[in-house]
Amino acid sequence: MPITYGDLTPEQVQTLGHELDAIRNRVRAELGQADLDYIRTVIKAQRGLEVSGRAMLELGWLAPLWLGGTAALALSKILDNMEIGHNVMHGQYDWTNDPALNSQTFEWDTACPAEQWRHSHNYMHHTFTNILDMDRDIGYGILRMSEEQRWSPYFVGNLLYATLLMLLFEWGVAVHDLEVEELFSGSKSIADKRDMLKAIWRKGGRQALKDYVIFPALAGPGAPLTLAGNATANIIRNIWAFSIIFCGHFPDGVQEFSKAEAANETKGEWYLRQMLGSANITGGRLFHILSGNLSFQIEHHLFPDIPARRYAAISTEVREICERYGLPYNAGPLHRQLGSVFLKLARLSLPWIGNSPFNRSYRRPTRRPADVAVTVPAAATREPVAV
Amino acid sequence: MALVNMRTLNLMRSTLVGDSAEAAGGLSAPRRGAVRRLLAGPIVDLMVGPHGIDRYLELISPTLTLHEPRAQVLAVTRQTARTVTLTVDPNRAFTGFRAGQFVRVGVEIDGRRYTRTYSPTISEHDLRSWRRPPVWPRRPEDHPPLLEFTVTVREGGVVGAYLREHAAPGMLLHLSDAAGAFILPECRPDHVALISGGSGITPTIAMLRTLIAEGHRGQIDFLHYGRGAADWLYRPQVEAIAAAHPNVDARFIATREGGERFCAGTVAADAHVLVCGPPSLIDAVRAAHPEASAETFTPPTLALGAGAGAATGTVSFLASGHSAPISPGTLLEQAEAAGLTPQYGCRMGICHGCSCTKVAGTVQNILTGELSTEEDQEIQICISVPVSDVALAL
Repeated sequence: MPITYGDLTPEQVQTLGHELDAIRNRVRAELGQADLDYIRTVIKAQRGLEVSGRAMLELGWLAPLWLGGTAALALSKILDNMEIGHNVMHGQYDWTNDPALNSQTFEWDTACPAEQWRHSHNYMHHTFTNILDMDRDIGYGILRMSEEQRWSPYFVGNLLYATLLMLLFEWGVAVHDLEVEELFSGSKSIADKRDMLKAIWRKGGRQALKDYVIFPALAGPGAPLTLAGNATANIIRNIWAFSIIFCGHFPDGVQEFSKAEAANETKGEWYLRQMLGSANITGGRLFHILSGNLSFQIEHHLFPDIPARRYAAISTEVREICERYGLPYNAGPLHRQLGSVFLKLARLSLPWIGNSPFNRSYRRPTRRPADVAVTVPAAATREPVAV
Repeated sequence: MALVNMRTLNLMRSTLVGDSAEAAGGLSAPRRGAVRRLLAGPIVDLMVGPHGIDRYLELISPTLTLHEPRAQVLAVTRQTARTVTLTVDPNRAFTGFRAGQFVRVGVEIDGRRYTRTYSPTISEHDLRSWRRPPVWPRRPEDHPPLLEFTVTVREGGVVGAYLREHAAPGMLLHLSDAAGAFILPECRPDHVALISGGSGITPTIAMLRTLIAEGHRGQIDFLHYGRGAADWLYRPQVEAIAAAHPNVDARFIATREGGERFCAGTVAADAHVLVCGPPSLIDAVRAAHPEASAETFTPPTLALGAGAGAATGTVSFLASGHSAPISPGTLLEQAEAAGLTPQYGCRMGICHGCSCTKVAGTVQNILTGELSTEEDQEIQICISVPVSDVALAL
């Protein structure tokens, strides 16, 4: 049961894949000084905001400096995590051979160890995007994000958990790769996770020490205000990152897939799944930068290792391809996309929605019109999936 | 023995000069040391975590890094039509070198960093003896003895051609620590013969300058083989040294104009011979002086055990979609034969310029004999040969 949409034939899906490959190859060949200059400018801005924000917060007893410092530090952490950290760790700048931009060695200003993020995000999420029971970003193991997830009384608190996750997002991300549910189900023991726990403790500990001990201590009697400013900056970053990331795959109209659908995928089908499983957020240039260009989630999922500043230009081509193939291109402003995510969270906390013991009429959805006969291409024509 | 003492004396003198310079600088020098210690200490490391202090200092000035050796180009000269000589100001993270060693030099070209290995051409004592004065105020006499590299433009080479064309004062170079075993013996021999061919003069000129700086009293034979007079590097400098030091005998030989080839008797049999140049020159020197220490700037020839050489199968280049049956030669050569243009540097296993991810398969390092069987390993393709089917991310 290969992935398809509407009445696309497997041959059309393959052609679609070739068109997207061509875009990717063309843009990769174009990469050069301008891309490096861009990310260095962003890094410069981030470090400037960070240093000035921290300096202002040392004098946090002056209200304007507390406000300015908190805002600058929050912006610094947002830039560090989104446009710089997330994108650098995808290997978007590995071609520069600059060790400071190396995907395998980069660390970011958040509690999650980069090493674990590279596994849970770059590998798990980007490979198995929106495949139920494989992509752990669906609900992060604690939320009900899909009608096909079976309801249990625990999910009554869906909105509450989401709000808590939003406020504490950096710590949620930090423990994400641990796959805590394996501990609850007993399939793994604490001993199996010891190295990961140690790494989280080390990284999270250093982050906490920096934000909640050292910089406040330097402020002397102003310590509580510095601490409050640092905590506020972290929470602002958490809310922002959560909002952008949850708008990437959970707004209305974004599709999920089953393991069976995604089995033995061709490159074209992989592209198709990424397009159908992602949603964009519309906005201005500054908004895109602050979102790490994850507002171009569709383009990012098609080309995760192309420098994100290129997504805006690529998006016009992708839109055109979507129109030509009759594919949806899910895009909307932040308030609409985020609103639909929270509406979904609220709906799915209810026991009579979707797969639930209280909803006997529930049937797993069929994802394509039944009258379209889809022939599975011969194995020989299948291309390997680029991971 | 007298010579060794002389050298020790020189070192001691330079240390003393350094100390007195620091003392003359008043309080600033020790205070600066304290600042550096603080900046490199654990508290600051936490404060600038996770990026590290260098990521902030470099935004003030690119060479202010504490841990990453870097240099700024101060002057550019073009000694010959195919070379460019860079006089550079290294930062304090660069810890010095021994004459004859090489440094991996990184240059950014159109957003990409390329790394090549070059030998510093100054005396090893020039850099050692010098202590950086306070950052401010800078006095003219604070000017450091500078590092110097001479880069040869090679056919189809990226970096040499770029530097010859575009190197200018202010350009930033990324350095590595110095490395390499082609150095003068710790106990300087009485009679030294420094023999070079082409760009192989860069380590031997450093050795010559080092011996002169040490006041070496024994005989020094300096022999250089170049295509013709127009290609001879450092000729005026060497001849000036020879004119001022009767114990230095300098000869420049034009190989394209029927100059005499190296043979037994070209240098005295008792000389300690150091030779750097193409394999043909090294072979000729080694025929007469079997114990000569040598370094070549060209790739080593492949000497494979039956196991690795006999491998059959396919090399797949995943990113470009090419694949080819395994042929003799390194993975780099096979990639090039398949029509790819992978990045490379020294092609002899030093610089890691060609490192790429081997996605699957087993390869053997022809320099160490080491087998790499893991998936997704960074390998140096210029010194790796396939032992099984191999998939590279090229």
